[in-house]
Amino acid sequence: MNVTLTINGTAHTYDLEPRTLLVQLIREHAGLTGTNIGCDTSSCGACSVHLDGEAVKSCTLLAVQADGADVTTIEGMASADGTMHPVQQAFMDEHGLQCGFCTPGMVMAASSLLAENPSPTDEDVRIGLEGNLCRCTGYHNIVKAVLTASGADQ
Amino acid sequence: MTVLDAPSAIRPGTLGDSVLRPDGTAKVQGSFEFCSDLNAEGCVWGATLRSPHPYARIRSIDVSAAWRVPGVLAVITADDVPGQANYGLIVPDQPVFAADVVRYVGEPIAAVAGDDPEVCRRALAAIEVDYDVLEPLIDAEAALDPNTPAIHPDGNVISSQPVIHGDRDATGDVVVEATYEVGMQDQAFLGLEAALAIPDPGGRGLEVYVATQWMHEDRRQMADCLGLDPESVRLVLGGVGGAFGAREDISLQIHTSLLALRLGRPVRMAYDRAESFLGHVHRHPATMWMRHHATADGQLVKVESRMVFDGGAYASTSEAVLLNAVTQAPGPYRCPNAVIEGHAVRTNHLPCGAMRGFGVVQVCFAHESQMDKLADACGVDPWELRLQNAMHTGDTTITGQVVHNVAPVEECLRATAALPLPDEPVGGHPRADGSADVMKTPGGAGRTTDASDVVRGIGWGVSMKNLMYSAGFDDYSTARCRLADGVVTLKFATVEVGQGFVTLAGQIARSVLGVDDVVLGRIDTQVGSAGSTSASRQTWMSGGAVAAACRAVRDRLFLHVAEQHDVDPGQLEIDGTDVRDEASGWRIPVVDASAGVDIDETVEYRHPATEPLDENGQGDCHVGFVFVAHRAVVDVDPELGLVKVVQIATAQDVGRALNPLSITGQIEGGVAQGLGLAVMEEIIQTDGIIRNGNFTDYLLPTFLDMPDVVATLIEQPDPLAPLGAKGVGEPPTISSTPAIVAAIRDALRQVDGVGRPLDRVPVRPADICLPARASASSTTG
Repeated sequence: MNVTLTINGTAHTYDLEPRTLLVQLIREHAGLTGTNIGCDTSSCGACSVHLDGEAVKSCTLLAVQADGADVTTIEGMASADGTMHPVQQAFMDEHGLQCGFCTPGMVMAASSLLAENPSPTDEDVRIGLEGNLCRCTGYHNIVKAVLTASGADQ
Repeated sequence: MTVLDAPSAIRPGTLGDSVLRPDGTAKVQGSFEFCSDLNAEGCVWGATLRSPHPYARIRSIDVSAAWRVPGVLAVITADDVPGQANYGLIVPDQPVFAADVVRYVGEPIAAVAGDDPEVCRRALAAIEVDYDVLEPLIDAEAALDPNTPAIHPDGNVISSQPVIHGDRDATGDVVVEATYEVGMQDQAFLGLEAALAIPDPGGRGLEVYVATQWMHEDRRQMADCLGLDPESVRLVLGGVGGAFGAREDISLQIHTSLLALRLGRPVRMAYDRAESFLGHVHRHPATMWMRHHATADGQLVKVESRMVFDGGAYASTSEAVLLNAVTQAPGPYRCPNAVIEGHAVRTNHLPCGAMRGFGVVQVCFAHESQMDKLADACGVDPWELRLQNAMHTGDTTITGQVVHNVAPVEECLRATAALPLPDEPVGGHPRADGSADVMKTPGGAGRTTDASDVVRGIGWGVSMKNLMYSAGFDDYSTARCRLADGVVTLKFATVEVGQGFVTLAGQIARSVLGVDDVVLGRIDTQVGSAGSTSASRQTWMSGGAVAAACRAVRDRLFLHVAEQHDVDPGQLEIDGTDVRDEASGWRIPVVDASAGVDIDETVEYRHPATEPLDENGQGDCHVGFVFVAHRAVVDVDPELGLVKVVQIATAQDVGRALNPLSITGQIEGGVAQGLGLAVMEEIIQTDGIIRNGNFTDYLLPTFLDMPDVVATLIEQPDPLAPLGAKGVGEPPTISSTPAIVAAIRDALRQVDGVGRPLDRVPVRPADICLPARASASSTTG
């Protein structure tokens, strides 16, 4: 069946089997491999993308559920001139990553959180990102990065 | 938040500076290629058929129906392995494909290749295997019994190692003993196993992109099983999404290569999370009896122990894990006498091997629990008791080895004690209305805990960990440094798993050679081995190799400059961009100084040789040691058995802090894994069948589980280390676990004056809130 959606500002139509997951559409059909798969059970959040501006775990949605939607992936976060999104820049500057596998999902979840709450507390960030797992950092530098980015947004 | 010592003034980008990751931009932009992202023209998919039984005889395998699935391109079994049938890190005892017996749930039996993953799945389902299901061996103690039938031709005992030191008959005024258990922990890296194999035209070799920890060891085992020369197997590091020990063993490397060579076209394989739990080794479960003898005032006299490590179905690194455990059984304390007996055995559980801490995690939980028990029996404060017994440089370990390293155990203890305790009130932050913040209470969002029931406890954990490979292993690392047109290019096979060697390598070149412009070559097998990214060894080993290669290039450049410009090579230095003679003020840009010459040096760095243990477990078996102290503060709901870890304070021996920011990341991440083992993480197996092989049921620490970490670095450059620096990866994980458990015990003792033994990790709610079961613990004296 046909699924028409916008990914990172460009309209696409794909002929897909109905069982195709949104993350499969993104990785295999659109060829955008920045979105990672870490668990298959919507536990880790590595596959987080924005669906109409809000963070979703793309392994938990069927591609057909995104029909007509506006999807943003990690590849669509930088400005047209290549300037990184403040959250991306803050993850770099605060050493909010090591292996980096969770990072795209974290950036997507964090930017969605900041869109909703531009001045979060440390506690707000932890509660807001609790659905994203990181096995390397122990999370503190990620929290720092999100708080730094919120300052940059203000 | 983390408190770090203020760095002194240093040239940006050099050693001591908190340099950011060179791969950071690609990683935050999603353009970094993890191994699971790789593809090639004409590539097809591979998949693996795995045993559903922990122990069974294979009567027959019928693959004919799999061939009839449309889109299937290859079906292979043990008959299709052209080289050695078995592989393994220490002994080749693990079949590439099981032929006649399966020994664990998840053991590979066959592999298929097809146009897409769904075709592969249908083909796997069509393979008919006729099993004669056998009674699995799941009791490690029973595996030691010579009357128990062997589940493997090599027998059930993988390794036995005693350590007998000093007077074996010595006794103390005070004796404490107990039996401790550690459950099976998963490394749970986020980036799942993946590989891409591209055969050479003609099928005489291949190039394999893989996320691993040890390129050249993978290549050795792959070549043996593929029946190829090692030179015909070229490995390239695919982006690695974490490792923590789980990538030290072969998983899908040989299977992917076999399919690619069979088809003459590229093949990729990728595990999902459920398969990953079956496809890599785990941390050994262990049962450890310990008896500590001390003088009445708490001076250690003797440690006795008998420990059994469950290695699962195949040997992997069990022998080395056991060696670490028995040789460091007393922990970082002076212990004049020891009688230790250790065994690693085969069972029909999932195979176990490397995980961060490698054998020391298990014994550390036991020896630190014992130190608390001893402190209690002697009426001494637990921190004082540790201080009193702390090991120092020049002391002797229980293998008779003199510790020549910097050994700042006392400094770690004192510095940790000086760190501030949390100001957070017991039972969680009060909200504006005076109620507790439920997210800060034990049980969190479950909202089950009444803050007034919460009790706070404090506990200590201290550890030592051997660095590098031990017992006579020829352990080395290779690095190549090339200077051309003013640009330094470094080449090594040192695997970057996220720990940050790619950051450190550039810092070393900028400091040692002095040139700021550093490029890193691709990480592959086109240069000599770097050894494994494990045992906290790469800062020391590959750091030593990169530094030596950079020094060699610098010396050659200075000789060349001296010849060309009639200056004294002994007076030259490089300040980032220019070669200069400090005395005269003469200078020349590196790009001009190196014009027309290509300076290219490859160096192998080796640490001083170690020796195997003798029959009494005596010998200089380890290269060196690193030390750390942890203090945990926990809030416990004693009625519901729930725990919130509030704070971990730690002082870690780092030798020299080469990148403070990077070290902080290792400490915080390591503490998270230590917390996981203390109160959350365990692979549950019933009758050899895994019950929770997914991230819904295997509980990993989240943002909300992570405590505040207050850290300080103990900087005493180690004269034995090439850069003065010790590895930092493993210590944070090792003693954070016993510190947390000690803190829970402390809290529970406040409730009824007795508490709970908590002699097993992870600590489960029932261990806290149900009446104490009959304990093996006893105290006399």
